[in-house]
Amino acid sequence: MSEQVESLIRSRKEYAAGFHTSIDSHTLPPGLDEDVVRFISLKKGEPEWMTEWRLKAYRAWLEMKEPNWAKVKYPPVDFQKISYYSAPKSMDDKPQSLDEVDPELLATYEKLGIPLHEQEMLAGVAVDAVFDSVSVVTTFRKKLWEAGVIFCPISEAVHEYPELVQKYLGSVVPQKDNFFAALNSAVFSDGSFVYIPKGVRCPMELSTYFRINEMNTGQFERTLIVAEEGSHVSYLEGCTAPMRDENQLHAAVVELVALDNAEIKYSTVQNWYPGDAEGKGGIYNFVTKRGICHTNAKISWTQVETGSAVTWKYPSCILKGDNSVGEFYSVALTNNYQQADTGTKMIHLGKNTRSTIIAKGISAGHSDSSYRGLVRMNPGAEGARNFTQCDSLLIGDKCGAHTFPYIESRNPSAIVEHEATTSKVSDDQLFLCQQRGLDAEKAVSMIVNGFCREVFRELPMEFAVEAGKLLEVSLEGSVG
Amino acid sequence: MLTINNLSANVGETQILRDLSLTVKAGEVHAIMGPNGAGKSTLGNVLTGREGFEVTGGTVDFDGKDLLALDTEERAREGIFLAFQYPVEIPGVSNMEFLKAALDAKRAHQGLEEMSSVEFMKLARETCRQVRMDQSFLKRGVNEGFSGGEKKRNEILQMMLLQPRLCILDETDSGLDIDALQSVSDGVNTMRTPERGFIVVTHYQRLLDYIEPDFVHVLAQGRIVKSGTKELARELEAHGYGWLDSEVA
Repeated sequence: MSEQVESLIRSRKEYAAGFHTSIDSHTLPPGLDEDVVRFISLKKGEPEWMTEWRLKAYRAWLEMKEPNWAKVKYPPVDFQKISYYSAPKSMDDKPQSLDEVDPELLATYEKLGIPLHEQEMLAGVAVDAVFDSVSVVTTFRKKLWEAGVIFCPISEAVHEYPELVQKYLGSVVPQKDNFFAALNSAVFSDGSFVYIPKGVRCPMELSTYFRINEMNTGQFERTLIVAEEGSHVSYLEGCTAPMRDENQLHAAVVELVALDNAEIKYSTVQNWYPGDAEGKGGIYNFVTKRGICHTNAKISWTQVETGSAVTWKYPSCILKGDNSVGEFYSVALTNNYQQADTGTKMIHLGKNTRSTIIAKGISAGHSDSSYRGLVRMNPGAEGARNFTQCDSLLIGDKCGAHTFPYIESRNPSAIVEHEATTSKVSDDQLFLCQQRGLDAEKAVSMIVNGFCREVFRELPMEFAVEAGKLLEVSLEGSVG
Repeated sequence: MLTINNLSANVGETQILRDLSLTVKAGEVHAIMGPNGAGKSTLGNVLTGREGFEVTGGTVDFDGKDLLALDTEERAREGIFLAFQYPVEIPGVSNMEFLKAALDAKRAHQGLEEMSSVEFMKLARETCRQVRMDQSFLKRGVNEGFSGGEKKRNEILQMMLLQPRLCILDETDSGLDIDALQSVSDGVNTMRTPERGFIVVTHYQRLLDYIEPDFVHVLAQGRIVKSGTKELARELEAHGYGWLDSEVA
């Protein structure tokens, strides 16, 4: 690669979300045992069934081994050195309104570009702001309530809507699903709960903004979205964390339930702290996301992954009902020493189920990016179809891109297509741009944005621009 | 406008240009001809500051500026334009977006504000008409899936939009059918003004029937071995480059 781009790679700019908020917090000492699980449950004032649910997960977790099949390398995580609960002291007495929320907390979100004050709120977007282990505030609740939509912290849903939580929690990602899902099930502290009643089209975009602040703290959020028959919702999550030399663990679980004829669109803009240019620090992002589609239902995952030191994440769809549709659009950008092993699973059970996978991996610096995807056509998946397209873009000559497609077809009428390309940002492309007056940085971000176009156009409008900008920032000094 | 003095340049270890001198005044069209491997394309690449082309001696003055001291993009913003022999594709980046970014970069350099999208669209559509390109090309990815002729037209479209002071055409005629050659040449001819200079690099006399040069230079072994008017191009067409060897010697 050209020297000019090499030097761009070295001059990586500051991670804008890397600040720390000085705020008094109750933070559990590091370590994990049954008492810690009980403590979290007690702290949340949870009913007995919930405590038992957690303990069951914890006991299962003890028997499980950390997965090591992903193409990522990191030193073993010492789960006893992590604190499993941290909450700002000011959240002790649950604030009843925005006026009662600690201004420091509001300022933090303000700084991140997420204004929570009523007058400045993003028009048409309701936000649930999760700070370390607790939800700080959820906006537009009243307006949503009028439409019959429930959007609240999951800790609250456990109290307010126990029958719904009990019915659906763990129904898509069971407690014992995998190592990190089991850990999350035992210690999850907060996250968002969304319920869209039958036939309702959610009147606004819903979003959750996750922020890790405390040191040596893990974040284990849990999101559950239930879309009743014929309903429709679009949801977005965003994530950031301060810059620290130590690695921090983020192990989330997201469950989506799309009942007959329902549609869920789930978008992620993930910008956890990726570590510094030498690969020190950064978030370990080990996430389980899965949705189930009933008859004629549709789930669409769109993710733009630019952050985290290590990403291990496979948003998946179980296409249970006939004619259901699963989609996965992904941009994963890695720079410096970041590693990403991400992709999806499309499990076709019903007849005429369809899935589309468009995965774009961009690797710069010394980073390594892998696409790992499973398409399974079960015997009952008569007439099912899948189309997969994996494109990798390399910037520089020290990074890697890998594709691991798994295709299992047990139905002769099912059709699976897979296309893959690998390309480089070529010196010729760069020269063309520079000869037309663009500087190298602008040129590379333009080329990369072009590469990602198919995915970006799937994002809600408000966030497509944001994603483009984020990519630009992530490429500054990471462009290769 | 452009004064090249004893310019020498290497590609890797190999010397390509040897003490090349050439002066282009505003309003002039200079054709550079010569056998394969003479260094014709290298000249364009060196003047635009392409990486991998190392200047080992000589000077280049562009309107009083030391051109060789400027970065590639600065040279472009100063008004040097290279129409490529093989334009590359940039998938997913629309022609329109690309052209606007290029124009805005140049305008910023001149201390002007960005052009509004509406104004830009008007200009882009009008320019399309001039080079007989369908407007749908503005929405497509830069050169993405374009035919050879469409790519060359697209180069001329960019040139007309950016209104450079010095245009270097690198074998723009290669791979063009007569119709495309005609519209590309028309584009160039409409841009011939007293303020603008051209360096037209070509293998063949054919292009010079459409774009009439003021001067013709023969480049061989990295230097200009003969200069003349358009008559020289006809002689070359008739006799090839072989007869020059005896003259040079």
